[in-house]
Amino acid sequence: MAVSRLASSTSTLCKLLLRPLSAPPFYRSFSAAAAGDDQTVLTIETSVPFTGHKIDPPSRSVEATPKELLSFFRDMAVMRRMEIAADSLYKSKLIRGFCHLYDGQEAVAVGMEAAITKRDSIITAYRDHCIFLGRGGNLVEAFSELMGRRTGCSKGKGGSMHFYKKEAGFYGGHGIVGAQVPLGCGLAFAQKYSKDETVTFALYGDGAANQGQLFEALNISALWDLPVILVCENNHCECCEDFGVESEGNDRRKEWLMEMKIGSGCGADQVDGMDVLAVKQACKFAKEHVLKNGPIILEMDTYRYHGHSMSDPGSTYRTRDEITGVRQERDPIERVRKLILTHEIASASELKDIEKEIRKKVDEAIAQAKESPMPDPSELFADVYVKGYGVEAFGADRKEVKGVLP
Amino acid sequence: MALRGLGRRISIGKRCFSSASEVEKPPRDGKPINLFSAINQALHIALETDPRAYVFGEDVGFGGVFRCTTGLTDRFGRNRVFNTPLCEQGIAGFAIGLAAMGNRAIAEIQFADYIYPAFDQIVNEAAKFRYRSGNQFNCGGLTIRSPYGAVGHGGHYHSQSPEAFFCHVPGLKVVIPRSPQQAKGLLLACIRDPNPVVFFEPKWLYRLAVEEVPEHDYMLPLSQAEVTRQGSDITLVGWGAQLSVLEHACDEAAKDGISCELIDLRTLIPWDKETVEASVRKTGRLLVSHEAPVTGGFGAEISASIAECCFLRHGLQLEAPVARICGLDTPFPLVYEPFYMPTKNKVLDAIKTTVNY
Repeated sequence: MAVSRLASSTSTLCKLLLRPLSAPPFYRSFSAAAAGDDQTVLTIETSVPFTGHKIDPPSRSVEATPKELLSFFRDMAVMRRMEIAADSLYKSKLIRGFCHLYDGQEAVAVGMEAAITKRDSIITAYRDHCIFLGRGGNLVEAFSELMGRRTGCSKGKGGSMHFYKKEAGFYGGHGIVGAQVPLGCGLAFAQKYSKDETVTFALYGDGAANQGQLFEALNISALWDLPVILVCENNHCECCEDFGVESEGNDRRKEWLMEMKIGSGCGADQVDGMDVLAVKQACKFAKEHVLKNGPIILEMDTYRYHGHSMSDPGSTYRTRDEITGVRQERDPIERVRKLILTHEIASASELKDIEKEIRKKVDEAIAQAKESPMPDPSELFADVYVKGYGVEAFGADRKEVKGVLP
Repeated sequence: MALRGLGRRISIGKRCFSSASEVEKPPRDGKPINLFSAINQALHIALETDPRAYVFGEDVGFGGVFRCTTGLTDRFGRNRVFNTPLCEQGIAGFAIGLAAMGNRAIAEIQFADYIYPAFDQIVNEAAKFRYRSGNQFNCGGLTIRSPYGAVGHGGHYHSQSPEAFFCHVPGLKVVIPRSPQQAKGLLLACIRDPNPVVFFEPKWLYRLAVEEVPEHDYMLPLSQAEVTRQGSDITLVGWGAQLSVLEHACDEAAKDGISCELIDLRTLIPWDKETVEASVRKTGRLLVSHEAPVTGGFGAEISASIAECCFLRHGLQLEAPVARICGLDTPFPLVYEPFYMPTKNKVLDAIKTTVNY
């Protein structure tokens, strides 16, 4: 409640984005020296309280073990490092096509994983590299796929926008904006049939929030009580636009976004998407909620440092000060670092060592991926249909059947 | 096509709906500019000459992701050049409504790959509006422009050529330019044409194609194909970026003594069957080439029509089956793009095979 009133009263988007940790995180630690101690449970307050619509929002106090915090730090650091490495690979033309980077938004991927199992499903749009890692994908697969190599997770045929991992319930990786949301609701429908207490997280961006198919899917899900959680990763930029800067109705539009989404009668929760503990709490709450009550919308207030894709500098619709401001005040990795240092779980130099090790791992993965060969040319025709169905290929004169390919 | 014979004078004044033009080849003066600048010029002129013309789409306000709409917001204001939310179905529906009230709605779909949510609106609403209302209403002022086609690294969703889907819809016009000079004239003709038009712009040529484009207001006729190169052994038909591939193939074939006639279709529906037919009667052979997958592509329609009329008549006949050199029947691939595309060598092979049939 307080957050939304604050949102509507501020006049510039900048102020909204730079909601700093006004005080160090309020905590009641059960043990001072907690490094590696699995028994300790820390209770940490999220940066801002949750704002619920038509639901009772979850509590602001999140429980986490030191091991968990360290794993958050490591996972987010790997993701950050991967995205930055992908940036330079793209600039050296090893990655071609399109590349949409997720750095800044890591807390959403990591927090969500902490709250669910691999039997729950996740489906997202094209900013999918880190979600793939979160689902258990490894770096070599990721970089190979980016460079279009055979060892990639989609055999090199998908590219940046189409990462998948069937064993971990990661349904990708979609290029068309908003198209993954009805799919996600369909996954939840199947899960409801299977009665195995699993849910689906359908992620989309604030740009996709305008798509008609989203409202259609939400409507059906609400009517049929599907266990789907629609997660809007609101990074406040729709592709290369920031509606906040362009139109006068910025604050009005923010409220509309929420209200339009919940017009179908399902509940919603606003979450600070840069706080990994808040994300974990919200996702845990959401999973329990949808198994009983049908769909819910989580709006993650997050931020991306890069532009929309590698061809967008990201500075035409927002100022550099804004970007550096968010980096200083709300960076998810820094927040966890502060928590770890405050609770004396690890020292600053230990964390630096972890980061160095990660850097090395990423470089090794890139080197390995670079060695990997391109897919075989016959793969061009493979998997258009199911294997064995055959696609006839003719020679240039279209008379002679050269072969029936798999 | 009937308008061609009329040769009536058009007044390029405010609000006139007409695309007939007696100027087939505009004078070759003007500065060399690329495709997106030519489109930009056309849009400036369109908005200047009609106070009820509007340009909108995703990200057009700052100039567009391909710079086609640069300077329009500054010059004409936010009320006439504005961004829409990310919803193609909404954009198309909204544009049709605007056009139905007599305005000129120039909507942009950011990539042709994203046009499918709008497909229902375009096919069911725009194309049939005049027909089903008994000519009471129409959305003739509608022009949908969209970058289409391969760009070298676009992958599945930034490279598609969906023109064939729209060619199957009576009531729509589909126009594709091959170069900056053509694009400006054709786009102005589309905007002023009293029928809904889908205008596909070959995105590969946005920066790559540079040509001298006259700065004044000029239009090129719709439903009129252009013979860009005279020949006597085989007729090649294509559109958009494929024209330059075909040009190169013609040059290579000429070294082997094969004289190729090259036709740019320009308007896909209603297409200029007469020009193609006349050419095939002369050469006796036809090759059609496009980037879209071969099965069900527009080349199929051209092949079937020409086979129908030119099979065997008065001694002049088709000497060889119609050849189609097109994209493969797979989704537009990522790393395999060079294999998928109808390249110059594939075309050359087919020219030789067809000529030696």
